[in-house]
Amino acid sequence: MKYLLVEDNLELAEAVASRIRLDGHTVDHAAKIADAIAFVDTSEYDLILLDIMLPDGDGRHFLKQHRARKNFTPVIVLTARSQVSDRIGLLDLGADDYLTKPFDHAELQARCRAVLRRNAGSAQSLQIIGEVEFDAVSGHLRVNGNTINLRNRELRLLELLIANKGKIFSKQKLVDRLFSYDDDVSENAIEVYIGRLRKHLEGSEVRIVTLRGLGYRLDHDS
Amino acid sequence: MTANVIVSGSLRNRLAIILTGGAALLALVLYLVVRALAAQVAQQGQDNILSASMSSVLDTAVIRDGRVMLDFPYSSFSMLNTQADDRVFYAIYEGETLLSGYDWLVVPDDLAPENTVFETTTINGDQLRVATGSRVLIGSDGPRNVSVSIAQTQDALSNTLNGISRNVAFLGLGFFLMSSALAIWAASTTSGQMRRLTTSVTRRGPQDLSPVTKAVPSEMAPLVGSLNTFMSRLDHTLTQSEDFIAEAAHRIRTPLATVRSHAEATLQRVDREDNRKSLQAMVRAIDESSRTAGQLLDHAMVTFRAENLEMSQVDLADLLQELVLGMTPVAEMKDITITMKVESPATLLGDAILLQNALRNLIDNALKYAPAETSLLVEVSRSPTLSVSVYDEGQGFAPDEIETLSGRFVRGKNMGNKVGSGLGLTIAQEVAVAHGGKLTLSNRPEGGACVTLFF
Repeated sequence: MKYLLVEDNLELAEAVASRIRLDGHTVDHAAKIADAIAFVDTSEYDLILLDIMLPDGDGRHFLKQHRARKNFTPVIVLTARSQVSDRIGLLDLGADDYLTKPFDHAELQARCRAVLRRNAGSAQSLQIIGEVEFDAVSGHLRVNGNTINLRNRELRLLELLIANKGKIFSKQKLVDRLFSYDDDVSENAIEVYIGRLRKHLEGSEVRIVTLRGLGYRLDHDS
Repeated sequence: MTANVIVSGSLRNRLAIILTGGAALLALVLYLVVRALAAQVAQQGQDNILSASMSSVLDTAVIRDGRVMLDFPYSSFSMLNTQADDRVFYAIYEGETLLSGYDWLVVPDDLAPENTVFETTTINGDQLRVATGSRVLIGSDGPRNVSVSIAQTQDALSNTLNGISRNVAFLGLGFFLMSSALAIWAASTTSGQMRRLTTSVTRRGPQDLSPVTKAVPSEMAPLVGSLNTFMSRLDHTLTQSEDFIAEAAHRIRTPLATVRSHAEATLQRVDREDNRKSLQAMVRAIDESSRTAGQLLDHAMVTFRAENLEMSQVDLADLLQELVLGMTPVAEMKDITITMKVESPATLLGDAILLQNALRNLIDNALKYAPAETSLLVEVSRSPTLSVSVYDEGQGFAPDEIETLSGRFVRGKNMGNKVGSGLGLTIAQEVAVAHGGKLTLSNRPEGGACVTLFF
């Protein structure tokens, strides 16, 4: 996926962009509305993350212009304001969703996923590994011609493992990457989700192997 | 609103009293002036007749054989006939000597020859008008001064005057009554203008600070001008403080977001347990402070709006649909499914923003405390009264806490590691009360919590 992050605070932008890159996406960063317009004009994005208070104007004006120019790239607004009337105004202006700063990255990810799923069609999210087809946006997994609907947590776990094929993840790393720290997800829960994924992947060449004392790794026999 | 206004008199009453008082005074003056004029005119009439009668007698004066002779022509008395049968007296003097008539009619001292003097005297309780004239006759023994006084009672005159007075009194009373009616009408039209202005200002919504554009009389223009200036200042101040709050929130929340994102990113790379603990504590503290700040602002907004509800017809089904859609991504993170069950029509007269805030808090709480892979039921019921219930499949409330949980900053023992402000249920409860309803907490027999907003 290709994201455009419009945020004037460079440190926050860097932190958010690096986290999005960690999830395997590409991010362009614009610090001003003028830059954002230039980026949108020259490149296709799957999603725009937009701050409201920008040095050269109000992000809402960008949003209005963006929609007025029949550009349908979904926009998630990152706002510091939490007034209800503000939120309503944002959605009326054509934002697809909003998130109040400071935000939980897991929630940002979840909101991005929901927005992308709603705008499905434009997003290229299908990954094919041998007999396994995986659509991270819709959450469909096809193994040997059978379609399985993954639960959200299974989906995120599988997405992470596929994106880092051959890399070892400890249970703790998986918890850190996938869940909010106040989700109370135990490492046992990870075992449960791994167990379910293995069951879904049965009969294919894609396997999740346990490396005792180290963690899990997704392998593809070929 | 009017309770704390100090009222001193009423403009309408004051205006009415001044105008009626003025009318009464004018009516009295009118009465007196017209009466005095009438008296003067009537007196003039009597004086003319008396003078003519007196002259006709005086004209007959001649000296014959050294004696002064006078005659009373018939007309001299007949012209004095009145309807009231006024009595007539006369006296004729030659020098100081009474020739004929009544001796109490004395010649006035200031009587010049060939002149006429009028005076009013009272004899035996009767008012008399006296006309006296004199003439100098030249006889063989030199000039001789003859004077004639004719007096007449004034019964007819006072009858006429009384009649005129009565008519003038009626005229004055009518004038007074008409002026009073005009005064009251003028007072109420004037105060009506103010009442209309008051109505147009009172009818506005609590957020409407636009200037008064209704045309007003020029006397009220300064007041309305001041009111408009005051409102635009208030509007400006409000906008400024809103902008300030937004700017402040931006300045505070953006660095918090930076710290949080960095802490989260660092957490991905750190393995040592104590470092991880500190990073987690950091993220938690940030979440706690930003959540509390947000909820405090929301709570302040709810408290403010609860006193000035902006009522409209709210469809709870639409409102909940939108809320649930917005919260679905968060629910998905825990694989929680949200189901809605609505008995329609589910509309009520309420403040949409407050209701949205209260309901979001309820769903937010349920999502936070319910375990992963469970379901949440949002139900709108119409009996016994309109209510919204949120059921979860969590561990429910501790029975001894059910009564206290909606208090300010009170949090349950079952909260575990969850970030919260302790204001969510307080907000929901205040919104319910502002709409004449209540909030109840209960545990479901099959397990899980149930929070219901009754309207």
